[in-house]
Amino acid sequence: MRATPNLLHRYANPGQFLRLSRVLLPWLTAGALLFLGAGVAWGLFFAPADWQQGETVRIMYVHVPMAWLASSCYLGLAVCSVLSLVWRHPLADLAAIEIGPVGACAAALCLVTGSLWGEPMWGTWWVWDARLTSVLVLFFLYLGHIALIRAFDEPARGQKAAAVLALAGAVDLPIIKFSVQWWNTLHQPDSITLTGAPTMSLTMLWPLLLTTLGFTLGVAAVIFTRLSAAIHESRTRQLLARSRLDRTDTHAA
Amino acid sequence: MTNLPAHWQYIAASYALTLGCSAFLAISAMLRLRRSKARLAAVEGHSRRRGTAA
Repeated sequence: MRATPNLLHRYANPGQFLRLSRVLLPWLTAGALLFLGAGVAWGLFFAPADWQQGETVRIMYVHVPMAWLASSCYLGLAVCSVLSLVWRHPLADLAAIEIGPVGACAAALCLVTGSLWGEPMWGTWWVWDARLTSVLVLFFLYLGHIALIRAFDEPARGQKAAAVLALAGAVDLPIIKFSVQWWNTLHQPDSITLTGAPTMSLTMLWPLLLTTLGFTLGVAAVIFTRLSAAIHESRTRQLLARSRLDRTDTHAA
Repeated sequence: MTNLPAHWQYIAASYALTLGCSAFLAISAMLRLRRSKARLAAVEGHSRRRGTAA
């Protein structure tokens, strides 16, 4: 119990986080570009067409990473909410503010690329299927989180309300994951699971893993960059507020 | 043109949207970090000069 807060508090120091970010950012960016370049080229030009879906299967190489990132970012948001509500971790609120829009983008792209796949394959852009609907709910949860943070005059109240919403909304994650098993859905079941062997050919699995890894590293780099910028902006606001206070004191004297 | 795969418009739109949005997010985050660093340096320099003058 003691080790966790100690580790958390070490990175609660913004200076420590900025140092870590400076070291990690070049590696994350280079990894993202490398894996994404390889994965996209492989998926678009070298991976075989599917016997059932034909060439449209290539949409999977961008759709699946977006679905993975939409859920992972929300998990990050929920973890930040716990850190903020329980331990009052100073960076957790800032991290939640920066993760929200990135996760919302991933969820929106997951829905749009899914529709672009669904139209030629299912003959419709949208069905009220359990998997699609639960991802749409996730997108709305992201929008609610973004709106709630800015809904109060006092930022701390907005952050607290948004953290509670993020925690309550985390119940949607297992629903998304197991929707294809719990209900009879039009959406296909998972092709990759932690316990079983993948049900897809290795020639398709490799480009999918590469694009997923590339997008994940890229999103990590974007979140680190946004969080570093937010720390700088917060420090600037503090300095400006202090100088305004000093000026008021000087005038009063 | 005859070599284009079936449903190529859907494939192109998916990749363009995903890569375009990712690039936009990455570039805007980079520019924001650069701007925030420059602003902080300016404010810190200003407050340091004020401190020295006082």
